[in-house]
Amino acid sequence: MGVEGIGARVLRKEDKRFITGKGRYTDDMVVPGMKHAAFVRSPHAHAKVTSIDAEAAKKMPGVIGVLTGKELKADGIGNLICGWMVHSKDGSPMKMGAWSPLATDAVRYVGDAVVIVVADTKGQARDAAEAVEVTYEELPVVVNAVAAMKQGAPQLHPEASGNLIFDWDLGDEKATSDAFAKAAHVTKLDIVNNRLVPNAMEPRATLGVYDAAEDHFTCWTTSQNPHVARLVMSAFYNVAPENKLRVIAPDVGGGFGSKIFIYPEEVICLWASKKTGVPVKWAADRSESFLADAHGRDHATHAEIAFDKDNRIVGLKVQTVANFGAYMSLFSSSVPTYLYATLLSGQYDIPAIHANVKAVYTNTAPVDAYRGAGRPEASFVVERIMETAARELKVSPAELRRKNFIRSFPHQTPVIMTYDAGDFDATLDAATKAADYAGFEKRRDEAAKRGKLRGIGMSCYIEACGIAPSAAVGSLGAGVGLWESAEVRVNAVGTIEILTGSHSHGQGHETTFAQLAAERFGVPIDSVSIVHGDTDKVQMGMGTYGSRSGAVGMSAIVKALDKVEAKAKKIAAHLLEADEADIEIKNGDVKVAGTDKSLPWFQVALAAYTAHNLPSGMEPGLKEGAFYDPSNFTFPGGCHICEVEIDPDTGTTEIVQFVAADDFGKIINPMIVEGQVHGGLAQGIGQALLEGTHYDDSGQLLTASYMDYTMPRAQNLPSFNVMTTETVCPSNPLGIKGCGEAGAIGSPPAVINAITDAIHNNDLTMPATPQIVWAAIQAVK
Amino acid sequence: MYETQYHRATSVEGAARLMGEAEDGKYLAGGMTLIPTMKQRLASPSDLIDLRRIEALKGIKIDGRKVRIGAVTTHYDVSVNEELAKICPAITNLASHIGDPQVRNMGTIGGSIANNDPAADYPSAMLALDATIITNQRSVPASAFFTGLFETALEPDEIITAVEFTTPDKAAYKKFPNPASLYAMAGVFVARSGDRVRVAVTGAGENGVYRLKDAETALASSFGPSALDTLSVNPDGLLSDLHATAEYRANLVKVMAKRAVAEIANRPM
Amino acid sequence: MAKVELFVNGRAVTGEAEDRTLLVHFLRENLGLTGTHVGCDTSQCGACVVHVDGRAVKSCTMLAAQASGSTVMTIEGLSANGELHPLQVAFRENHALQCGFCTPGMIMSSADMIRRHPNGLDEATVRAELEGNICRCTGYHNIVKAVLDASDKMSKAAVKAA
Repeated sequence: MGVEGIGARVLRKEDKRFITGKGRYTDDMVVPGMKHAAFVRSPHAHAKVTSIDAEAAKKMPGVIGVLTGKELKADGIGNLICGWMVHSKDGSPMKMGAWSPLATDAVRYVGDAVVIVVADTKGQARDAAEAVEVTYEELPVVVNAVAAMKQGAPQLHPEASGNLIFDWDLGDEKATSDAFAKAAHVTKLDIVNNRLVPNAMEPRATLGVYDAAEDHFTCWTTSQNPHVARLVMSAFYNVAPENKLRVIAPDVGGGFGSKIFIYPEEVICLWASKKTGVPVKWAADRSESFLADAHGRDHATHAEIAFDKDNRIVGLKVQTVANFGAYMSLFSSSVPTYLYATLLSGQYDIPAIHANVKAVYTNTAPVDAYRGAGRPEASFVVERIMETAARELKVSPAELRRKNFIRSFPHQTPVIMTYDAGDFDATLDAATKAADYAGFEKRRDEAAKRGKLRGIGMSCYIEACGIAPSAAVGSLGAGVGLWESAEVRVNAVGTIEILTGSHSHGQGHETTFAQLAAERFGVPIDSVSIVHGDTDKVQMGMGTYGSRSGAVGMSAIVKALDKVEAKAKKIAAHLLEADEADIEIKNGDVKVAGTDKSLPWFQVALAAYTAHNLPSGMEPGLKEGAFYDPSNFTFPGGCHICEVEIDPDTGTTEIVQFVAADDFGKIINPMIVEGQVHGGLAQGIGQALLEGTHYDDSGQLLTASYMDYTMPRAQNLPSFNVMTTETVCPSNPLGIKGCGEAGAIGSPPAVINAITDAIHNNDLTMPATPQIVWAAIQAVK
Repeated sequence: MYETQYHRATSVEGAARLMGEAEDGKYLAGGMTLIPTMKQRLASPSDLIDLRRIEALKGIKIDGRKVRIGAVTTHYDVSVNEELAKICPAITNLASHIGDPQVRNMGTIGGSIANNDPAADYPSAMLALDATIITNQRSVPASAFFTGLFETALEPDEIITAVEFTTPDKAAYKKFPNPASLYAMAGVFVARSGDRVRVAVTGAGENGVYRLKDAETALASSFGPSALDTLSVNPDGLLSDLHATAEYRANLVKVMAKRAVAEIANRPM
Repeated sequence: MAKVELFVNGRAVTGEAEDRTLLVHFLRENLGLTGTHVGCDTSQCGACVVHVDGRAVKSCTMLAAQASGSTVMTIEGLSANGELHPLQVAFRENHALQCGFCTPGMIMSSADMIRRHPNGLDEATVRAELEGNICRCTGYHNIVKAVLDASDKMSKAAVKAA
């Protein structure tokens, strides 16, 4: 490895602009004539819209337009869709209710967009939005998914009887029942995976610009995947043909899944720009984000695990009710199905698994992918029930896990996945050693002397990244392929531009992707630029989510680099009068191996562009593109250990140590990987300890600001002890597994296992706030 | 935020005059509560009269055990006042834990008291210290000043100019913050002078700050955390919300009271 | 309309704004200083922190008119003569930022924190003092390291200078 190549802790190229205030986010954009939008949103969770009177609003100062859903429909703008088809166990397709970007006849959650107001200033737009008179006829409300399935519950969509979107099965029900019938021990657990609000620090924003002369639209937006946004807005929402729609996602202030989806506001602002003749910018307030961003998680699960007399797992049964909110968001259907139930085997050799998932509409914000998307929910089920089983069986939680580890690869689980590589003993060993797991009881006793309850908990998670291959996900219902593209442009002076369909919103692609070229050609990373986030610049791409940019995005770059290298070698062989097979590229020089014949890298590039002396028949230029479609998912896994001390008087939990030992395969930049783990852990610990999303029975969001929704702050978290082990992923050329979500996947069960260990009460809901923990302590007193 | 008219007052009299001229004016000090409330469009004063630059309202004066804190003195300035820390560390400590550092740089004692947020810290100190609230019209004992949730004895045009108190022999403040907002979910200020003990609770009461008389009685006869072992805090009349039921708050009140007493009992001074 | 006169990043500026204009919007929209961000509307996230008369404040919770007459420093004014501030260097060297959105506020708050603790900081103090700033990316681990690193270097530099 070079100092800037693969494996080096290279400082980030993109940092300079962020630390000096020169980042450029969507809300920083200003275009001539730009005006500001505000939305009238439903104050009711469920109501008929009987009339909209915009006359007073239209007369307010500065108002340019007040537009409704009827006008939107009349202009042919389509309903929002969910792009992943899931079929119920009876073979019927999922029941997708209509979601108009602006509600026309009904609203189904508090925050549902009804009217857009465009005015000179944001303040004026808001003033006018308040003056729009919408008459609602309130309807009964249901916010809880289990309640929504009951007879007599309020019905949200005529398409979905009983609010049931699908009733989906995975695995062999009979084989699982048979296994349970012979079991020596069965552990049962009811758990809720709490709803979360993603809360990227940059609220969503969009700027829609219509150019009447060219009949062309430009959409600046806070997106993780601008090309997918363009595709969906063109193909399904009828905004404009793709060649007439440019989508730009500039610097984006965090995504965590919530900026994958195409939301009503992007579509409406583009349409409103054409309608009003002015560029229209909308930037959400945080309160608006709480109401109208897609939320995450929200599962209620009953699980049972069966063991034989030797404590080997013989079967697992899982029944989950997934709250989808009021509408099916873009990828919502894939989250509690193919991203969840397929991971229920965890790190364990389980011969029989059966999962049933019921997806349900409620009068709450739509729910979709949030960091981990399905996999945190799966690991929470598996790792909570393993810990619980160990307590019931009176065996060490670590040893129960170890006894059941998968040790030969590839391993076919009963729930679709074929694990390609892993060494679960290695991560368990690394974590238990780092945490001094064996010495815990001493620490518990010492804490007790100080009046504190100390507990330890672990989680041995597995997850799946780089969802692929496209043909496989297509057969499972995905509406898109999940490949990635790259183009490597070597300029005539030898500098390099890498165009990628991945999108960086914190992940450091401008650095890690450049490291690939630095490694390959020995050029300094400062001479490598990464271009992303603009559909006019970059060929089609699929964006960044599901920890796919490493395994899939970088693999595409590797393929393009292969092609560039091959061509450069041909040129060099020709210039140096050597055999192509003898050419090697090292430290910025192109050499004939074993000789002193060499050319500087830039001269090969220059030769490609002067084209004065190229091999016969070769096209000029040094630029190659590649599309990469992986052969399998990748499977990062690891062991997280959490140790807590609880103040029994107040129920306050302090995390006294957190160890994460993860296997991410090959690592390009350990500094960035560690940063990803830290952030994931904070979000996972946030879910476990702090972040609760609560609607009241009338569908009002009670936790609609940072006054009530507890964001993890520095003082809630410890410094983390993170480390990695390595088994190379055989499914992609770099051997990468992915690291973006692991922290959020592995940590919640470790935290809850630790607290329940400390308080000797296994009945504990997330978030385990001081009040919840205190009450759980009182319950067993 | 709705449109408003901003005025900067340079004297107390000028501020009162501006208020008299305003249709529906509000005094603005640090603005740490008022501006967020206006941003949420939950308040819409026609005029804002900024008191923050009035010199006469600034500063801390100490004369023996008598303390006077000007109304627009920021929480930060209270928290770092060394002279005050020597004679009443409980109040500087309280100030150093209000909100966050940026709030402490702007927020003022007068603003906090005038707003009487049920979860604000200062009202408990005022009540426990038996402080006097000085306004441009009169002096009001703290016991008569805080009249209910977000309600005080202030007339609409009345301006708090300072608070005054005599430091007790010993005092301590312990709070349990709301995990999200960081406001007090239960904050207990204990002040002891001779045998007299005053205990005031913020963050917990349905009607805002109040005195915990049972605790005062118990502590007057025997000062120490164990004196509160048998104290029973009645959840009736306590706030109950997502973050803390009334029962949990009742527990926190007791725990914070014991911890404040323990701090006093263990402190050498 | 209010007349707003400020001394921003070493430069006198004047402007007109509605009385309800928040300082952050005046900085971003009137002055084009978009490094100061708005991440919430309840004065908690700290993405908007700037220095007003030398102290860190949340510019989303102060009217531009209220600030009139004051000296303001934003993230754009922190580096002097092309030299990055030690905190800016430390944030980069410790990988204390990912998406960059909270970073300007984090750095401005941290500069105030270091000013208030000239004799140095420890981890617990840094974590407590960061209570007014929220980051969703880093888990704070590297932010805490960066602040300690900068504080350490700045106090050493101060000792050297003295």
